[in-house]
Amino acid sequence: MTPAALRPATLAIAVFLVGPVAAGLIGTALPALGYLPAAGAREMSLTPVSMLMETPGLSRSVLLSLGSGLAATALSLLLVFLLLAGWMNSPVFRVLRRLLAPLLSVPHAAAALGLALVIAPSGLLVRLAAPFSPALDRPPDWLILQDPFALSLTLGLVIKEVPFLLLMALAALHQVDALPRVRLSESLGYGRIAAFTYAVAPQLYWQIRLPVLAVLAFSTSVVDMALILGPGLPATLSVRVAGWMGDPDLLIRMKGAAAALLQLGVSGFAVLVWIAGERLTSNLVRYMATGGCRLSSDRTVRALSLVWIYILVALAVASLSVLALWSVAGTWHYPDVLPRRWTVQSWLLAGSDLTRSVSTTLVLGLSVSLVAAVVVVAMLQEGVRARGQPVLRHGGAWMSALVFLPLLVPQVAFLFGLQVLFLQAGLDGSWWAVALSHLVFVLPYVILSLAGPWAALDPRYRLLALSLGASEAKVFWRIRLPLMLPALATAVALGLAVSVSQYLPTLLVGGGRVVTVTTEAVALASGGSRPLIAVHALAQIVLPFAGFAAAALLPRLLVPRLYSGTFS
Amino acid sequence: MQVIRRQFLQGLATVSLVAVLATGPSLAAEPADWAGIKEAAKGQTVYFHAWGGEPRINAYIDWVAGELKQQYGVTLEHVKVDDTANVVARVLAEKTAGKTSGGAVDLVWINGENFAAMKREGLLQAEAWAERLPNWSLVDVEGKPTVRKDFTVATDGLESPWGMAKLVFMHDSARLAEPPASLQALAEFAKANPGRFTYPQPPNFHGSTFLKQALSDLIDDREKLARPVDPARFEADTAALFAWLDALHPNLWRGGKAFPQSVAALRQLLADGEVDIAFSFNPGDASAAIAAGELPDTVRSFVFAGGTIGNSHFVAIPFNANAPAAAKVLANFLLSLEAQARKEDPAIWGDPTVLNVAALADADKARFAAIDLGKAGLSPSALGPTLPEPHPSWMEALEAAWAKRYGAQ
Amino acid sequence: MSPLRPSSGLALQSLRLRLNGRVLVSLDAQVAQGTVLTVMGMSGSGKSSLLAALAGFVAAPFQVEGRIILAGRDVTDQPPQLRRMGLMFQHSLLFPHLSVGENLLFALPPGGSRHDRRERITMALTEAGLDGFFTRHPQTLSGGQQSRVALIRVLLSAPQALLLDEPFSSLDASTRDTMRCLVFEAARTAGLPVVLVTHDPQDAAAAGGQIVSLDP
Repeated sequence: MTPAALRPATLAIAVFLVGPVAAGLIGTALPALGYLPAAGAREMSLTPVSMLMETPGLSRSVLLSLGSGLAATALSLLLVFLLLAGWMNSPVFRVLRRLLAPLLSVPHAAAALGLALVIAPSGLLVRLAAPFSPALDRPPDWLILQDPFALSLTLGLVIKEVPFLLLMALAALHQVDALPRVRLSESLGYGRIAAFTYAVAPQLYWQIRLPVLAVLAFSTSVVDMALILGPGLPATLSVRVAGWMGDPDLLIRMKGAAAALLQLGVSGFAVLVWIAGERLTSNLVRYMATGGCRLSSDRTVRALSLVWIYILVALAVASLSVLALWSVAGTWHYPDVLPRRWTVQSWLLAGSDLTRSVSTTLVLGLSVSLVAAVVVVAMLQEGVRARGQPVLRHGGAWMSALVFLPLLVPQVAFLFGLQVLFLQAGLDGSWWAVALSHLVFVLPYVILSLAGPWAALDPRYRLLALSLGASEAKVFWRIRLPLMLPALATAVALGLAVSVSQYLPTLLVGGGRVVTVTTEAVALASGGSRPLIAVHALAQIVLPFAGFAAAALLPRLLVPRLYSGTFS
Repeated sequence: MQVIRRQFLQGLATVSLVAVLATGPSLAAEPADWAGIKEAAKGQTVYFHAWGGEPRINAYIDWVAGELKQQYGVTLEHVKVDDTANVVARVLAEKTAGKTSGGAVDLVWINGENFAAMKREGLLQAEAWAERLPNWSLVDVEGKPTVRKDFTVATDGLESPWGMAKLVFMHDSARLAEPPASLQALAEFAKANPGRFTYPQPPNFHGSTFLKQALSDLIDDREKLARPVDPARFEADTAALFAWLDALHPNLWRGGKAFPQSVAALRQLLADGEVDIAFSFNPGDASAAIAAGELPDTVRSFVFAGGTIGNSHFVAIPFNANAPAAAKVLANFLLSLEAQARKEDPAIWGDPTVLNVAALADADKARFAAIDLGKAGLSPSALGPTLPEPHPSWMEALEAAWAKRYGAQ
Repeated sequence: MSPLRPSSGLALQSLRLRLNGRVLVSLDAQVAQGTVLTVMGMSGSGKSSLLAALAGFVAAPFQVEGRIILAGRDVTDQPPQLRRMGLMFQHSLLFPHLSVGENLLFALPPGGSRHDRRERITMALTEAGLDGFFTRHPQTLSGGQQSRVALIRVLLSAPQALLLDEPFSSLDASTRDTMRCLVFEAARTAGLPVVLVTHDPQDAAAAGGQIVSLDP
């Protein structure tokens, strides 16, 4: 076994992922402790912290972030497990599986915008009901969006996180012999859900634990979605942090830095609560499994789980459709279910700007994901050469935790500090700086989607080929690469999707000079032109979707034999 | 805590005041070196950070870009911003990092507390460039005093006026024939029609403006607003305002348990029929939105008989701008007759001019007179009296008090 | 051990398994208590699908025709968890997240106090010569030991028939013989009808019952 120091790519990735996060955190911690030389504040003080403590509604913001993050993560995971338990290997499931890629392509902000247009009191659902009730000739005064308990936000998060966790779970499923285990348990008299819960879920959960924790950290600190769907009196902590960090008043900015550290603590606390929940659940499942609790008639629960999934899918599809309709709406006032006047004006208006931002986004996203893919492949291959297996397996080595650092530490906690670092290095405002900052977030996802397939390839292929006289290079190019092509294509597509959705890094590091569809969409979202907002939201969706579609098609064109069916 | 903060700010203000006196901006200077500035600007790219939420304004800036390229050989890049405060924060971050030249921002669309903050922190070009622009002579300094006093803070030539703003309400005449003509009438309307009025959530700029409007109507002595807040008297001075708000809030949209996050969102609520009254800082906004199909064509504008708050908006050059010459050329072009006349047309944007139209040549006057103010437009006489903006410290104090009282329910 | 219930064997009446309409397996058989029906076939012949059909795991594009009668009950349309068909696979499929004892507790039908259930497992382990294995981790067991635990597990669940899917093929030669004896002996003692699918003629010989070949 080679120590990590002798594997340059592994080391580079570790340094590259840990470095910016650590530097960013320091850049946040200093102003939080009163050190901001530009403001003439050179002495450590607790002023920003005590300012933060006196902020009205702070504890409520903290509770909202904790509550919505934990609830969204738990609900998403529960739904994914119920869906797998009840419907794995069924025709329904195969249809749902096809919907995965399109749903994964929708960035959080676009999903939130679409959802708001569906569930608001003047939204699609009420418009559909309006003809049947005279009370609905005006939109009802119902507090649905921005509700004080962040239920809309939780719903929005669930819609976004279920596809992601499902993707992760599907990748891990074959590693835990799910189907035979469920069958064995069923033959022992267990209901489908009990069989999955007792025999598969415990191990499957550990396979996807890091992605789940990443979802948790993200959900407790999400900004864009919370701005659109979350409460405002007060807002969740992350929204307030972002607001304070963008304040022209230096003292408020320092308070924001203190709040960013609090956000780090909140997300960390959520993880602790989650781990305690893991213990409890694991003991409960073990207790029930060994107690022989069969739960053999679970038809109702299974049906209900499917109903829930249908509702989520329907909401997602409705959100996308409403966005599409708005993008061609000329006049569309309540209670019309469809626009009264149709026009492509907004597309034309967006025209040249859109072409430019789309090409910038595409070039940026593809470059970053390709570079990430090459670096990650180099890292995995170092592991293969050193000990026959890739260094990083799901849920395994210490590397996993490092790799996930940028996903586990809330963006608002370190990005503002990172911005200052880039500025001091004279790197800000350039395309390269933005690309570097995207790489920090793209790398973990690329590792996530490649590590599993890399480890899954039988190591004996390589040994056999080597014994036949092939060089390591030939083994890589002729055996591993063609077999890994589908996984690689998916990884690049996922990387593209991640890059497209980055808002804060693009804005802060790019200084507004690198214009992507997402920065355009957010700028327009601050205004009142819904058709134009819809156009940009769609542009945000189309790029990743095209990426996933290409990822599904390209390997078939490049290595047709893998798909010819004679291998099955 | 509040006290510590204020002392800190006052300390900073003293420091920057000394700095201003030391450099001594000379306001009388002529556009002496204009030819040189134009020459330097040629071939430069100016990054203009301006709010990008309104497609009509974006299109107008696109037009400016074309003219600028053609007339001066300057490339204009519109950096679409969702919140101007972020631009200030950006320049501040650059200063923190010791980046004293080659900054990301060449020109920023700004006014009010953001300007006050930039001026206070020394984030602007120190020379008084604005009043040396050739087109400064066209500006209506007498009739529109706010072009030199931004929220009571002297501009000192650190920012150049771009347009005029005045708080104007809009209502859908199909649903509400007689709009309330005063603050009290507005409260009565809300009581009679619960859920049909709201305002953007402070510290959103327009939400805070609504608070200032209400305070201007309710405070015992308006003169107090021209001076910085007296912390000892703030509670007494605003008691009437908060009593009025306490009574209003239960009758607001969503019972005051949620607020729209921007004035654009408020206008969207009017379009969706969720509320009956919205407002804007741009008197041409309603007409322009009707023309674009964003509002029903039954929407009309109205103001309070007692007057509404008005101000000017500006463009400013940060201390570390990369292309200050091109930024000045752009600021000067924005003041030109053709740019100002085009801007005032509701079919284009609908933003009132800062120029002294009365002093223009007849042909140029006619150009402004010919502008069709649209279905929902109000003529200058119908716009009513303009109330001055309070000192920026009022805005901060009001926002803090509002957040404390209503921000965490 | 649990009292094993009497049964009148397993009847496969005009059983037909179709894949996209094409008949994959067609079978008529009566498997008496304690006897073995061996189904021989190459891989791809549909023998595993046949077992899946008997256990109740068939979904589109497969279709099942005919009747499956177990101990006098028509189980053709019953869900797998109500059929009481015990399954054994090529791999022992002991759950790695549970100890040996917990794997067995998992199979024990519900009822009885936690203490009694534990007692029964400890006894079953002792009877099988695996004394003290309750807290052991399955992955620390030898292949033969794992197979024996898997056998105890399926028997503890009180099935009315055994379905064996190449259960001996991953074992080494000596363990394989021992396991064959153990499994068939256990089935005889418990009076369970057994369906064994395999491609190994020695399995068929050891089973000593009817043999059906699915190969053309």
